[in-house]
Amino acid sequence: MAAYMNATLQQIRLGKSRILGHLRQRVPASCHGYQEHVRCYAVAPWDPSEPTFDKILIANRGEIACRVMRTCRDMGIKSVAIYSEADVNALHVEMADEAVCVGPAASKDSYLNMDRILQAIKDTGSQAVHPGYGFLSENMEFAKRLADADVAFIGPGSRAIQAMGDKIESKLLAKDAKVNTIPGYDGVVETPAQAVEVANDIGYPVMLKASAGGGGKGMRIAWNDDETREGFRLSSQEAAASFGDDRLLVEKFIDNPRHIEIQVLADSHGNAIYLNERECSIQRRNQKVIEEAPSTFLDESTRQAMGNQAVLLARAVDYKSAGTVEFLVDSERNFYFLEMNTRLQVEHPITECITGVDLVQEMIRVAKGHTLRYTQSDIPINGWAIESRVYAEDPYKSFGLPSIGHLHRYSEPLHLDKVRVDSGIKEGSEISMYYDPMISKLVTYGATREEALATMGKALDTYIIRGVTHNISLLQDVLANPRFISGDISTKFLQEEYPDGFSGWKLDQREETNLKAVAGCLYILSELKAQQFTNQTRVPPTPISWDQSQLSIFIDGHRQDIVVQMGDNGGKVLIDGQSLDVDISWSTAQDVITPTVNDTTLCLQVISCDTAGNIQLQYKGTIFTLTVMQQEAANLQALMPEKVKPDLSKEVVSPMPGKLHTLAVQVGDVVGEGQEVCVVEAMKMHNSLFSSRDGKVKAVHFVEGDSIAEEDIILELE
Amino acid sequence: MASAHVSRICLAVKNSVILSRWPAISKRHCSSVSAMTDVIGRIDEKRQQALLGGGKHRIEAQHKRGKLTARERVNLLLDPGSFIEYDMFAEHRCSDFGMDADDKKFPGDGVVTGHGLINGRITYIFSQDFTVHGGSLSSAHAQKICKVMDQAMQVGAPVIGLNDSGGARIQEGVESLAGYADIFQRNVMASGVIPQISLIMGPCAGGAVYSPALTDFTFMVKDTSYLFITGPDVVKSVTQEEVTYEELGGAKTHTTISGVAHGAFENDIDSLSKMRQLFSYLPLSNRDSAPIIQCEDPRDRLVPILDNIVPLESNKPYSMKDVIFATVDNRQFFEIMPAYAKNILVGFARMNGRTVGIVANEPKVASGCLDINSSVKGARFVRFCDAFNIPLITFVDVPGFLPGTSQEYGGIIRHGAKLLYAYAEATVPKITVITRKAYGGAYDVMSSKHLRGDINYAWPTAEVAVMGAAGAVKIIFRDGQEAAEREKEYVDKFANPFPAATRGFVDDIISPNVTRKRICRDLDLLAGKQQSNPPKKHANMPL
Repeated sequence: MAAYMNATLQQIRLGKSRILGHLRQRVPASCHGYQEHVRCYAVAPWDPSEPTFDKILIANRGEIACRVMRTCRDMGIKSVAIYSEADVNALHVEMADEAVCVGPAASKDSYLNMDRILQAIKDTGSQAVHPGYGFLSENMEFAKRLADADVAFIGPGSRAIQAMGDKIESKLLAKDAKVNTIPGYDGVVETPAQAVEVANDIGYPVMLKASAGGGGKGMRIAWNDDETREGFRLSSQEAAASFGDDRLLVEKFIDNPRHIEIQVLADSHGNAIYLNERECSIQRRNQKVIEEAPSTFLDESTRQAMGNQAVLLARAVDYKSAGTVEFLVDSERNFYFLEMNTRLQVEHPITECITGVDLVQEMIRVAKGHTLRYTQSDIPINGWAIESRVYAEDPYKSFGLPSIGHLHRYSEPLHLDKVRVDSGIKEGSEISMYYDPMISKLVTYGATREEALATMGKALDTYIIRGVTHNISLLQDVLANPRFISGDISTKFLQEEYPDGFSGWKLDQREETNLKAVAGCLYILSELKAQQFTNQTRVPPTPISWDQSQLSIFIDGHRQDIVVQMGDNGGKVLIDGQSLDVDISWSTAQDVITPTVNDTTLCLQVISCDTAGNIQLQYKGTIFTLTVMQQEAANLQALMPEKVKPDLSKEVVSPMPGKLHTLAVQVGDVVGEGQEVCVVEAMKMHNSLFSSRDGKVKAVHFVEGDSIAEEDIILELE
Repeated sequence: MASAHVSRICLAVKNSVILSRWPAISKRHCSSVSAMTDVIGRIDEKRQQALLGGGKHRIEAQHKRGKLTARERVNLLLDPGSFIEYDMFAEHRCSDFGMDADDKKFPGDGVVTGHGLINGRITYIFSQDFTVHGGSLSSAHAQKICKVMDQAMQVGAPVIGLNDSGGARIQEGVESLAGYADIFQRNVMASGVIPQISLIMGPCAGGAVYSPALTDFTFMVKDTSYLFITGPDVVKSVTQEEVTYEELGGAKTHTTISGVAHGAFENDIDSLSKMRQLFSYLPLSNRDSAPIIQCEDPRDRLVPILDNIVPLESNKPYSMKDVIFATVDNRQFFEIMPAYAKNILVGFARMNGRTVGIVANEPKVASGCLDINSSVKGARFVRFCDAFNIPLITFVDVPGFLPGTSQEYGGIIRHGAKLLYAYAEATVPKITVITRKAYGGAYDVMSSKHLRGDINYAWPTAEVAVMGAAGAVKIIFRDGQEAAEREKEYVDKFANPFPAATRGFVDDIISPNVTRKRICRDLDLLAGKQQSNPPKKHANMPL
């Protein structure tokens, strides 16, 4: 069966790509989604006569693959994309000159599949590989295998990757290179007793962390001896479980630090420079959300000191290529080496914006063996750049839990000046469960931080993303936060500002009044639109006067009565004893509307507006639901019974006869509402069945492979 | 709240024309002054009485049940101020069982009838008043309903019935039964002439259920409406079965199990606003073409998302709703029977402002196969669209008819034939898009070229074949040798759109992203389509 399936799938794929390939010619270019991106780098033109690679394979996907390809195009280098089966229609595949499928959707079978990737390199005759970030970008073995195959790795050598990949080794190296390191014990702590001793030497609080660690696993903060002993035990267990390596180190815990990193660039001729800093303190779960360059916090001498130390470290490991040295900076501007990332960082665009250096171009040149075109004195700080990471995530759940789906409407705010959007998707793309749910990196820049921030606000307001939940509301809220505006931030910013989690933009009285006024006008406009039949002339339409419409608006269950008088030039809305003029020089069909209420111009997105008066408006990234109805209906609304939440079934029942293909849960597992619990194969199709409520699995009545009749209860919840 | 509403009605009456104009005239006819003022007084009194239905207490009781009164419902359904009432003064003529007493007579006799506008277009309406004799049907009550139905037929405008009735007026006996039959006869005559919609907003039991059943659409209000032939008490005495009202005939039962109702809504207000939405899709009669509304969604919009919806693995599900939402105007799709036979999707949408009927297999549910329930659901919808000049757009991804004893014993042959019959009989524009599988007899059924499909498209992912490769190979080569190779050969030959395209069974293989653009263009083209079936008394469809 499986063999048959594989054979069939392969065939289908081959057959399909042929047909799709043929059809593609008909689709006009405008459908292809990748617009000419605004660039803010490559100020110094590249010399086309300089030898370079003919063809580069980009061992990555998404926005970073597209980003690298853009520079390849500029340099006249052919690009080769690799893709998984799930990415067959992805933008990076479309953009590349050639594309090779390297396996199924799961990363470990495709983007991490070295054999297939090396084969693709061979088959396409690629001379170099750009690994992007993540995946194989910091994989020593990959770098080594490329070197063996005589293919250039666009990144540092395997020695630097190895040295910087281990926390203990990198710290020792940094210390030798006279880089400030966090006070701590140089080496592995063997026993709880030793950990306590070391902790007392350093002084509390201390941090226990796994040597092989990352992502917060195996990390613990201890404030006294007991916590140290307890932390040692838990962290070493976690480290063993997560990384198969239980070695721990102990170091001083820097309270309320900032995360500031230095971009470095080095060539194989011993030249190394730093390209200033990036402030990345706004983080959630150790993932960056908003970054900016430069930092509001660094003075020139600190910047120089950090930059020089970063360069020292790069030299110490014979670094060649672009890399990032991360520091923690405390409130006294003491800085401590954290780690070095031996790859191009996600947030590299903001450095490109303020320095004008195309980092990818320099990485390619360095990999070809050229010397850097810049010396330290060539590197400026031109203005200010901010990057917002736009994710397909629900920010109301732990500041972001992934959301998946197809983008049925998608438009980047490239109509604004000084905006750069790095994305690997287009309208119609799928944000799948297999990969990082990042939609794009939205970068704005300007002469000053204020200018860059203002542009960012406008860009987020007009960024159209439909089909997945996104985090624009969180980004907008942070941007408007007085602490953020003043630059008073730390890595704990989100926890401190939203101790109970984030729940969307909070409307003040005036904002709420304005939204209601707009919703009232929208309601009248859509009612008028619902009468615009063009072929129903048998009965002459009776013009209905909308003078003085008595409406009620519900928001969060609270009712407010308003009066709307619609004229040719706009609406006059009586609300709360005030009279508001709302201009209606926009169409309800626009994605973004900018109504002016008295003197305030709002920027709103109409998410939905049905004839029943249910209106969803996106304001500052947050979606507000308003229900508008005639006052007469609103009076009756109070008579409508409150609905008790229906008792959702505790059973998962097969909707049709078939075979239990896979079972995702066992007795005792806790499942959430909407979670896939099993797959029933019927008529050669896989049908996913979902849990209709939260609960614990009480009983499972079948095993995989069993035949199931229609209405059979497959499993029960408690 | 309730009393405030009642007093508002009274106020409206006091300000009415009658009181202000008549006294001026009567001055000139002094001799008949007293008689005239008396009449005026009685008119006013009756009118007030009619507006109050069964009286203040009954209205309050109705509100307590979470239900609105017949008049409140009419006002919410129609454009403000557009209702014109008929027969406000009608009363029952029964004198048995003390029914001739004054306090047993209510002007209007338990039903509010007339006509009005929905988004500026006319409709006839009747709304049963539960506060008057429990909304029971007397002969006068029935006559009122028949009157609006007759006029609606002549004028060519839909009838919307809001049902809230305890059943027959038992005191009237056979007269009440006659009343039901008069309505049934008109329901049948009006069928296919004017759209008929029933909204069940309270009990509807016994013979009364057949009027909604004869109309085009039956909708229910959750928790407050019931439909059954015999109630739980009779069920218990006859079959010893214990069953609640809700289980026997509630909205959930009829929208998910029996398929009697086409949809259920949260409450009265929600239901009525949904009826306004539905109404906007329907032509006023079979003499009118499908309505077109001004459209702001570009007709030539390319839809890139369609290129990514169908998975490349042919055994992986996806939702055809995503295809429908992406294709139609403003992502608006009014689904009919959303909770019943979910393996087929039917409903109304607009393309460049013009109403279309959508029929689509849903691969996400039961692989999108055709079975008894989905065939019947699809067939009824196709026939409605055909009767009322609504073009049909069919999205096909069907692996075949569902096999098995339960289906065969249930008569899948007979019921499957209904959908086949409906498509074959339909003369409205028929546009078909095969998104993936179109296997076996189900391919023929789903608006294929062979059933007079006007324009049939295949996406590149389409496979038109008798069956899947594995099954086919087993039948063609019984020796079981070289199965994999032979399957590959079969897949090469048939698991793509070419076999159908080379034979002209599909008119074109199109890139999914141009689907909207092409359909909008086709609909304009086909607006001039003329096709008719041979003259006959009526056809004999496999019921």
